[in-house]
Amino acid sequence: GHGGGTAERQGPPAPERVLFPPTFSVSEIKNKQRRHFMFLRWKQQQRKEKLAAKKKLRKEREALGDKAPPKAIPKTIENQRVYDETTVDPDDEEVAFDEATDEFAPYFNRQTVPKILITTSDRPRGRTVRFCEQLATVIPNSHVYYRRGLALKRIIPQCIARDFTDLIVINEDRKIPNGLVLSHLPDGPTAHFRMSSVRLRKEIKRKGKEPTEHVPEVILNNFTTRLGHSVGRMFASLFPHDPQFIGRQVATFHNQRDYIFFRFHRYIFKSEKKVGIQELGPRFTLKLRSLQKGTFDSKFGEYEWIHKRREMDTSRRKFHL
Amino acid sequence: SPQVVWSMLGNRQFCSYKMTTKTQNFCRNEYNLTGLCNRSSCPLANSQYATVREEKGRCYLYMKTIERAAFPRRLWERVLLNKNYEKALEQIDENLIYWPRFIRHKCKQRFTKITQYLIRIRKLTLKRQRKLVPLRRKIERRERRREEKALVAAQLDNAIEKELLERLKQDTYGDIYNFPIHAFDKALQQQDAESESESDAEREEEDDEDVDKREFVEAEDSDLSDFEDMDKLETSSEEEQEEEEEVEQKASHSKSKGKTPLKGPARRKRPYIEIEYEEETEPITKTKAA
Repeated sequence: GHGGGTAERQGPPAPERVLFPPTFSVSEIKNKQRRHFMFLRWKQQQRKEKLAAKKKLRKEREALGDKAPPKAIPKTIENQRVYDETTVDPDDEEVAFDEATDEFAPYFNRQTVPKILITTSDRPRGRTVRFCEQLATVIPNSHVYYRRGLALKRIIPQCIARDFTDLIVINEDRKIPNGLVLSHLPDGPTAHFRMSSVRLRKEIKRKGKEPTEHVPEVILNNFTTRLGHSVGRMFASLFPHDPQFIGRQVATFHNQRDYIFFRFHRYIFKSEKKVGIQELGPRFTLKLRSLQKGTFDSKFGEYEWIHKRREMDTSRRKFHL
Repeated sequence: SPQVVWSMLGNRQFCSYKMTTKTQNFCRNEYNLTGLCNRSSCPLANSQYATVREEKGRCYLYMKTIERAAFPRRLWERVLLNKNYEKALEQIDENLIYWPRFIRHKCKQRFTKITQYLIRIRKLTLKRQRKLVPLRRKIERRERRREEKALVAAQLDNAIEKELLERLKQDTYGDIYNFPIHAFDKALQQQDAESESESDAEREEEDDEDVDKREFVEAEDSDLSDFEDMDKLETSSEEEQEEEEEVEQKASHSKSKGKTPLKGPARRKRPYIEIEYEEETEPITKTKAA
């Protein structure tokens, strides 16, 4: 009969089923309570088996002692990453040559000093304005200007005339900043990012005092491919070349699985093996949407890379930066 | 006859173009002149009627007369109006000459409104228009989760600390920081072939500085008065000192206020205090530094 779900039930009811390989599976039971109960039982069994297997392995390992095979490295997404053929080899000459002759060469040869213009989209709300101000304190030699409905294509020649090297436009939607356009000015590449998890200074817990005027150091982590390299150079060119170590401030752009995390810290060396860091400054994460060869021109520009969701997001182990 | 039509549609029976709200009745008929459901504005209930409508930016005057009431296909006569505003008004007047005043007036009003909105459309298309891109919920959710997981996998603090220590090791900071083991390694590398006595002397010297340095750094937890003493012994640049003092002052202040400890210099209290006594003939310092 159909008893309650908590009644103990054995396996397949009919005896002849036992002879064949068991086709009985938990998901075939129609009654939800019973099915749930059987599933839990199955799960418990699996866990027990797994634990037993682990114990056995551990015993074997101890028994063998030194001769035991090395521990297996757990698989992580970074381990399993699909090998990208544009990964940069540190001593690749072609890449070195490219980098010596691309748009950032004058910066890296110390011919130009970075001067940044930060602006927003039309009618920025309070949060965006405050974020712009904080960003301006983080990046030395930067100026914030209000947009007031001006067209970007008209601003750019004026900026070039006034010697700006970079233009940052923070796009806003529903009162929060959600996009960043970073354009290297004298004819340089333009990168369009989607910005998320923006935290202003007062929202960061346990933060320190305000960032001072010293030039911070820059840390760029994990930019491995060609694309990543060019983006990394873009970020590096925002900051003046010679950091003032007295200030003990460091700006970090850390790339992990195509998300670029920006943090701004003050560090202090407590000893030769220990360093303490304290987060000041805003934080945000960026995801690259497109990289364009010239300055900002959404319609007629020549795109070097666009994120195409259907083609590029198919594999969970494939990253582009 | 129009009166019968109106008495049926307007008041008693159902008119599919009529929309009623609490205060007013509207007419959804596309040939309606005012948009309201009135005896004088109903295109079905008036045998002589005119409207102004626009199509693709050009305005037309539509007219309906009793003579064509039997021919539904030819019912509405259409006249293209001039692009010039005044000339178009004259055109309306001349086409609707001898027509009731109400219809003439309302036609001209409607034409004015239409030209105004056409002008605004043209002006707006010249300005930059904000392109609205629809969010796809699944994708947004996916991106957010991936970002969180990437954040966890990144272990940012560790990565930053490691990078800073790397830089310290590779001597990018130059002479600002003097840490014993670091200096010891440097000394070893530089003076591979030299005799041990010389390296001993160096080590002891560095231990000297090391003693002062160490105590200075530890004194974060203690009073400010210690700092003044340490000032004289300090060999590094003044500015950096001020910085450190400030930082330590801040640290001690916040500690006294009882807030959550800063994630900075004053975070960890050392469980023991390392005090070194320097003695000339002592071999213990050697082993300590080693």
